Amino acid sequence: MTAEQQESATPQLTALAGNPEAYNYAFLDEVSKREIRRALLKAVAIPGYQVPFGSREMPIARGWGSGGLQVTLATIGPDDTLKVIDQGTDAGVNAVNIRRLVERTAPGVTTTYNTAEATLIQSRHRFPEEPLRDDQIMVLQVPLPEPLRMVEPRESVTRQLHAEADYTRVWVHLYEDVITNGEISRAAGYPVLVNKRYIMSPSPIPRWDIAKLHQSASLTLLGAGREKRIYAVPPYTDVIPLDFEDYPFRVESFVGKHCARCGATDTYLDEIIIDNGERLYACSDTAHCDERLAAHAGGNA
Amino acid sequence: MTADWLLHVAGLAKRYGRGCDYCYTLTGLAAATNECPRCGSLVACAEIGFTLAPGQTLGIVGESGSGKSTVLSCLYGDSEPSAGHAYFRPFADGQRDIFDITPGERRTLRNFQMGIVYQHPHRGLNLRISAGGNVAERLMATEWRRVGDIRERASALLGRMEVPASRMDDLPAFFSGGMQQRVQIAKALANGPTLLLLDELTTGLDVSVQAGVLDLIREIQAASGIAMIIVSHDLGVIRLLAERTIVMKHGRIAEAGLTDQILEDPQHPYTQLLVSSANV
Repeated sequence: MTAEQQESATPQLTALAGNPEAYNYAFLDEVSKREIRRALLKAVAIPGYQVPFGSREMPIARGWGSGGLQVTLATIGPDDTLKVIDQGTDAGVNAVNIRRLVERTAPGVTTTYNTAEATLIQSRHRFPEEPLRDDQIMVLQVPLPEPLRMVEPRESVTRQLHAEADYTRVWVHLYEDVITNGEISRAAGYPVLVNKRYIMSPSPIPRWDIAKLHQSASLTLLGAGREKRIYAVPPYTDVIPLDFEDYPFRVESFVGKHCARCGATDTYLDEIIIDNGERLYACSDTAHCDERLAAHAGGNA
Repeated sequence: MTADWLLHVAGLAKRYGRGCDYCYTLTGLAAATNECPRCGSLVACAEIGFTLAPGQTLGIVGESGSGKSTVLSCLYGDSEPSAGHAYFRPFADGQRDIFDITPGERRTLRNFQMGIVYQHPHRGLNLRISAGGNVAERLMATEWRRVGDIRERASALLGRMEVPASRMDDLPAFFSGGMQQRVQIAKALANGPTLLLLDELTTGLDVSVQAGVLDLIREIQAASGIAMIIVSHDLGVIRLLAERTIVMKHGRIAEAGLTDQILEDPQHPYTQLLVSSANV
């Protein structure tokens, strides 16, 4: 079979997906968007509080960013510029698919890799390296929104604990961590205290990015599709990681390491093990890395 | 009410079941039952009243099902009383009823002023976190935020309870019953409470271990001047530890007074039976 024959035999994705114009603007119907926006408003009004919402069936699987996607779709408008990040890169398969869905169903929305240009950034696992501005909104995809789940399996009890701000068990968990591992070893979902009231799971971002949440100029919205929860950190809100006075919170250290592409020493680095077993490090935020490379090239020319 | 009091309880009652208007009149000592014959509700305790002075130890004795543990769990807030009032001096200077407070206030009260030791260590301890972690839980509930300080305090408390420092980071699930009970006492004492509640402290421990635990309690009494309420069906424990005693039957107080008086000169027929059948 030649390539042409194969192409004609295999139905194209565009044909299978149908006419994007048949969908409502930004995929979701207006009633759904209104409900999500209402949940978002409540979330912003009570920083760190998990607002339940009726998570919709999305064209991506739950656990693949359906919560973040619903927040994005309920928030986005024709004037917006969208950036989607998956594990730090804009070209990850999940990021590409989410970006394409928004492009198809929300005419007028432009998409970008450039953090500075974006008005709305949906991300999984990472914040962009560049500090965000107060006219930008960060949307995070959250798999496990409940920071107390590790110490209490019952939802009815965790709600009660949140209501009474009874967070002793989280502290015991951290204490045991220090005793067992000599440090607070939690990496993803490090518990933080938002606005001196609610303990929040900041999604699986590294500790490196948690420091950026504190008094951030941008609004951060967090959506958990499978767990049906929305919560938020409004701009300029205190976000304090839980720690002990003698075991303080520390971000990941990359001392003595640099990006193999752009040479950066001030970014979050991914470790890459190459063929001969050696380790290389490269910027996790690829768009930022590319910009630095371009700037270097421009400077040399 | 005497001038110097720590805890004052009046009219405490706890009823399980749908209840009717006659539950309290058709049960009790005279009726010789705690089950309402009209509606079948269980009156676990009723008309319980006493005053505890600071540093004093009150014993509550009675057979199983007489409602003595219910009194304790109502005071600690594990169960909600059906009626009654209780005033606790360290809370709002004794002006407010501790049966009528918010869950947050209840937690503050428990964390800062009260300690409890349950009959079964698994109720008072989380057996899946280390012994030190269990003690640390109480400390961290009162804003201790330095691991070094927490460990120092926890190991001092555990050491006082004769739990070796080397076992501090082990899980209490692997401890013997007596050692679990000692960890529980260390936890209850962590924040220097003014009132310690002990529920069947030595039941289920063998006799030599019992003696050790009782010695510890006597030492705590002597050293800290902490007030205690001790629930037990063992008159020996009561004689050893309590200054005043309440005898309960069918959910009511059968007799109350000085421990010596009750044991040497029991007035109520049930107390007489209890004392004569126990060899103390």
